[in-house]
Amino acid sequence: MANDELTTKQVSIPETAPPKTSIGVLGWLKENLFSSWINTILTVVFGTIVYLIVVNTIEWIFFKAEWYVISANFKLLMVGQYPVEELFRVWIAFTLISLLMGLSWGIWKGTMGHLTIAMTAIYIIVASLPFVLIETRIWLLVNIALIIATYFLGKRLTKFKKYILIGWFLMFPVTMILLSGFGVFDRVGTNLWGGFLLTLLIAIVAIVFSFPLGVLLALGRRSKLPVVKWFCVAYIELIRGVPLITILFVAQLMLPMFLGEGVNIDNVIRAMVGFTLFSAAYLAENIRGGLQSIPRGQFEAAEALGLNATFKTVFIILPQSLRAVIPAMVGQFIGIFKDTSLVAIVGLTDLLGMGKNIISNPEFLGTQMEVFLFVALVFLVFCNMMSYASRRLEGALGVGTR
Amino acid sequence: MNKHSSAKKTPFWRDKRVIPILLQVIFAILVVLAGVFFFTNALGSMKQIGLVFGYDFLSKMAQFDIGDKLIEFTSTDTYGKAFIVGILNTIKVAFIGIILATILGFIVGISRLSNNWLAKTVATFYVEIFRNTPLLVQIFIWFYAVFLSLPVIENSINAFGLFFFSNRGTAIPWFDLTSSSLIWLILFLIGIVLSFVVWRVRLKQQVESGKRKFPLYWATATIIISLGITWLITSEYPLLLSVPEIAPRGFIGGYTIGPGFGALLVALVMYTASFIAEIVRGGIMAVSKGQVEAAKALGLKNSTILRLVILPQAIRIIIPPLTSQYLNLIKNSSLAAAVAYQELVGVGITVLSQTGKSIEVISIIILVYLSMSLLTSLLMNIFNKYTQLVER
Repeated sequence: MANDELTTKQVSIPETAPPKTSIGVLGWLKENLFSSWINTILTVVFGTIVYLIVVNTIEWIFFKAEWYVISANFKLLMVGQYPVEELFRVWIAFTLISLLMGLSWGIWKGTMGHLTIAMTAIYIIVASLPFVLIETRIWLLVNIALIIATYFLGKRLTKFKKYILIGWFLMFPVTMILLSGFGVFDRVGTNLWGGFLLTLLIAIVAIVFSFPLGVLLALGRRSKLPVVKWFCVAYIELIRGVPLITILFVAQLMLPMFLGEGVNIDNVIRAMVGFTLFSAAYLAENIRGGLQSIPRGQFEAAEALGLNATFKTVFIILPQSLRAVIPAMVGQFIGIFKDTSLVAIVGLTDLLGMGKNIISNPEFLGTQMEVFLFVALVFLVFCNMMSYASRRLEGALGVGTR
Repeated sequence: MNKHSSAKKTPFWRDKRVIPILLQVIFAILVVLAGVFFFTNALGSMKQIGLVFGYDFLSKMAQFDIGDKLIEFTSTDTYGKAFIVGILNTIKVAFIGIILATILGFIVGISRLSNNWLAKTVATFYVEIFRNTPLLVQIFIWFYAVFLSLPVIENSINAFGLFFFSNRGTAIPWFDLTSSSLIWLILFLIGIVLSFVVWRVRLKQQVESGKRKFPLYWATATIIISLGITWLITSEYPLLLSVPEIAPRGFIGGYTIGPGFGALLVALVMYTASFIAEIVRGGIMAVSKGQVEAAKALGLKNSTILRLVILPQAIRIIIPPLTSQYLNLIKNSSLAAAVAYQELVGVGITVLSQTGKSIEVISIIILVYLSMSLLTSLLMNIFNKYTQLVER
């Protein structure tokens, strides 16, 4: 009865807004920062720490830090002792990469687009630095224009995917010929390579050469031939059991001894050999994980089709297992990229080694923090870009999701 | 008979039983040939410099001193002893580093899943920054830009009169042993064992009788009583606090952490902790949501849920990747070579440059690291077995 009365009376309650403490800024604060007394304490403690760090960092960056050390040594940090009159070769290599990136952005979009945009952003930031030479700025602007132009071109060229891929594969030898000469240009010895260019080159060489070696080692480790299997197991476990720095020392000191008279290879190549041998062992373990994830049925089906061992591995097993471990491999590549900084210990002047040289120059006394923070920032930006790409790739490949 | 003859006809290079053996023989010959090639070359170039392969240099006098050392070492001791000092230094930094990195990593990993926005954001930034910067760069920042940029020893920064920060090292209060430290230690261990026994007995009684028997209070009381008895026996403090003081040539008292060791330890801990944090986060996220909800339905507190429901299950997922992080930390401690902290690789490089015995020195380094890696894996595997799910 009472119920009926209520409904028929049509009591109109004015619409009230939700309490101020549960919506808007206040609500968000209450839910995310002050929901319980423990949370409040946490917020206050973390807030104080963050405040102190941020205020001091900003004050240091804008008022105390002496950034002239970076502007004065920018060329050294980027390309080391590479002769100025030959720098155009580095720029041509970069321009070719920009061209390919722009085209790939137009064709594939997605992750490639994000990466290209990030690359363009880096170009723009470098170009807007006040101390950069006018030539550098022109090259950078040409690169940016080229990326944008090739993007629109790439949109129409979707049929040429294959050629772009071939272009990427050719990029490595072309870059090497451009940088070192190899008879086409004047020879620029690897002892002149330095700075970030050297960091990139060591990382790329290690990645390119360790990949096939890693595949072979992984296949060898799963081989049914005991001699091959135990050789691969011994190699992988030995390399993985010792620090990278030991392997770099082995490469620096013992490689010339092992190769004997007549073979004379310079420091940079030795470091590259060391990195390749090192990262092959780690890659092999990643790839082995992929090989193990292939169901037996795939092997049996391949055998039922009458494929021999080589065809079975190359056309059925490897493509599937490599696809499964792409994210893990990208993680490994990021690791290699970070590890290239170790060549500073064996006396090469990569980005970090160059930084170390600069702070030992009495002219730049007391600028350690500026130099090393700059080095850290460069690594941070590139590693973040790579891990972003790997995460996108993971999503696109659907690895880990069922 | 017929079958036999047809098998005979098959040439041996197409016989399925022969091919694998043949391939392996070829492979083995190639490997051996390469080995012989490398080895003869190495011996040849060693002969050229006038060196002979051998480990007898280990008993010769090392003509260098080591700054940080856990056992006595002077420049008149042997190379062999120098290596032992180096190994102990590696173990020291790895041991302390693993403990600190685990603690920091768990804190950051749990903070990343906290419902406090600020804690979550700070933890995320921490992980992203420290994981994506090379360890060596971080070590250099700590070494050159922080520890070596501190003021000289006379003007060292003083915190509460207990901690001193200078470019020659950081001095912290430390403990000096007294004559009765050993008795204290023995009796304290006995006290712990006793209190554990008491705790078990009371807990059993509580479970059987259903009445509250306060096992924890009883255990604590046992420890306190045992300590009291020790005090009566020895009438001396177990340890004496030694506060550092500034002296003209270094610190007196306390414990001085050299800049190399400090930079290496801080960098290793911060770097490894960022990886451990991600492992911990992954492990916790892998615990199924139903478990947490069930625990909440039982009315458990958040901290209790974390301690009794989430972590025991997450730990099973966490341990294998955690082991590889520990191994990485041990291997990464070799970067000390760059900051003049003389651990195994640092000593090895010095010995190598003095004696030129590269093959021998590097073989020692490799052997030590391999055995340390194997030992750590073994320990972690035992721990892993202990935490694994017991299935019926």
